[in-house]
Amino acid sequence: MHYHSEALIRDLSARAQTLRINTLKMVYNAQSGHIGGAFSVAEILAALYFHHLKIDPARPDWPERDRLLFSKGHACAALYSALAYRGFFPVEELMTFRQLNSRLQGHPDRSKLPGIEVCSGPLGHGVAVGVGMALAQRMDVAKPSARSAGSARASIGKTYVILGDGEINAGVVWEGMMSAAKYRLGNLCAILDYNGIQQTGATADVMPTEPIVDKWASFGWHVQEIHGHNVGEILNALDLADEVHAMPSVIIARTTKGKGVSFMEYDNRWHGTSPNEAQFKAALAELDEGLGQWQ
Amino acid sequence: MAVTMLPMRPAYGEALLALGHANPNVVALSADVSNSDFSYRFAEAFPERFVNVGIAEQSLVDVAVGLAYSGKIPFANAFAFLFATRALEMIRTHLCYGNANVKLMAAYAGLSDSFNGPTHNSISDVAIMRSLPRMTVVVPGDTVALAKLLPQVAEWPGPVYFRMNRNDVPLIFNESYAPVIGKAMALRPGSDVTIICNGMMVSRSLEAADLLAGEGISAAVLEMHTVKPLDTEGIIAAAEATGALVTAEEHSIIGGLGGAVAETISDACPVPLKRVGVADRFTETGPYHAILDRYGLSVAHVVAAARAAVALKK
Repeated sequence: MHYHSEALIRDLSARAQTLRINTLKMVYNAQSGHIGGAFSVAEILAALYFHHLKIDPARPDWPERDRLLFSKGHACAALYSALAYRGFFPVEELMTFRQLNSRLQGHPDRSKLPGIEVCSGPLGHGVAVGVGMALAQRMDVAKPSARSAGSARASIGKTYVILGDGEINAGVVWEGMMSAAKYRLGNLCAILDYNGIQQTGATADVMPTEPIVDKWASFGWHVQEIHGHNVGEILNALDLADEVHAMPSVIIARTTKGKGVSFMEYDNRWHGTSPNEAQFKAALAELDEGLGQWQ
Repeated sequence: MAVTMLPMRPAYGEALLALGHANPNVVALSADVSNSDFSYRFAEAFPERFVNVGIAEQSLVDVAVGLAYSGKIPFANAFAFLFATRALEMIRTHLCYGNANVKLMAAYAGLSDSFNGPTHNSISDVAIMRSLPRMTVVVPGDTVALAKLLPQVAEWPGPVYFRMNRNDVPLIFNESYAPVIGKAMALRPGSDVTIICNGMMVSRSLEAADLLAGEGISAAVLEMHTVKPLDTEGIIAAAEATGALVTAEEHSIIGGLGGAVAETISDACPVPLKRVGVADRFTETGPYHAILDRYGLSVAHVVAAARAAVALKK
């Protein structure tokens, strides 16, 4: 485990809030998009893109990079913001979100935008596609050229999958989980953005998924459960997952849908609704105030 | 003349194994049917490059996608109907929209798993697959064709649906056969009608052409092993040269090779066209050749279709 300074945690928390602010502006501008699940995943994205991931925006196809599969593709406004601020494309391009001629499609398109590892939107694919990528990374480390590197971690990347809790209603998620355990993919780490709300209501009502820790553990994964808006906890969990080599890891991040805007939190109506002008101004004021607490 | 029948599955196992030796980036995946489709030959030789995801075709395709995006050339093995219907969304989203270089090895296609019956038949797969942007659809006619086309599939840039028969099939070709993906093969010249066919229906179409010759109808035979990208020039040339067409395929008459040819000539060169295939219905359990004959795919069906197409010219 690494020591994470207060300054780092404050910086990443501020970046997460910036992702929310950009998401709000993008969805308001397009009058289309998904706010709730983008707000819940903001700290997770910030911790990964601005600290933990081994990536190089100048070389999005660098073979030894870490892969991040954003399986809950509808929340991509936050992902696009993270990629832009990380340097994969100009920040000014964010406001083209969901418009004609934009590289920022309604759901991520890997052929259009650098940094997107997989097309997503139809839910459920991330874990199984991640299994394929993690298997490929392990096949490549078996090559002599990779063995000469100082350590496995230095020579190959790791695969991360971010998925939503509504998403795990899909059976293919569990198929992928079984394959990951079978092949003991220690280089695969899933992060479950468990915000408790899906399109038409609470996950507990739509399709109960608890006890989620027990379920995931019983599928042969190393499980951590954390507060998903606490950057220190996210960083610690990512570090600990790096120490798990004999099985895949999942970090169950308890989050709040619509986090950061009082009238959007815990409300499934903000899954895919765009704010009007008054709502936009009110939300922006709250987010700006939240940003101030980290600066 | 005695027809030599050769089994497709061992031929596939051998061809896949050869690819494994030729290209270290080739990997194979299975939905736990490797002893059915003979991909076990690859698994035995290259266990570290073989992935068995269990009876889970959706995961099979997704795992293959991850491997493809990492520079591997995955050959995913499952029954044709499971690719075309159960795993279709994975195929559409990642292989086609995402352009993942995954090769779908569709076993037991058409009616060839005849004793397992309609649940295991696959007579809509070509229609489904060819409607997807970026997909390539290849149907080898015999064991020679399989061995010659499979290495091209590995080299082809992008996803391919490779549709294979389960059973012994008539040996049609010899070593001089040189198919190229996307190019029709003129197997027999003729002036009155062209029979455009693929897969199991190639030998039956050749037989039909012989019978038609006895009636004074000169039937050309054009093998369309690639349904997509379709050799539209070859089809239009055949339509212009003979003025009537028949399609013959082990597939529903809706949307397969017949549909593709109809689309092509209706745009460019409308001539009479008769489609031989399975009518819009499910079949039943039974011996393969008896099922083919009962459900519209006999030599007599091809002959009758050719007669009808020629008659429509007048």
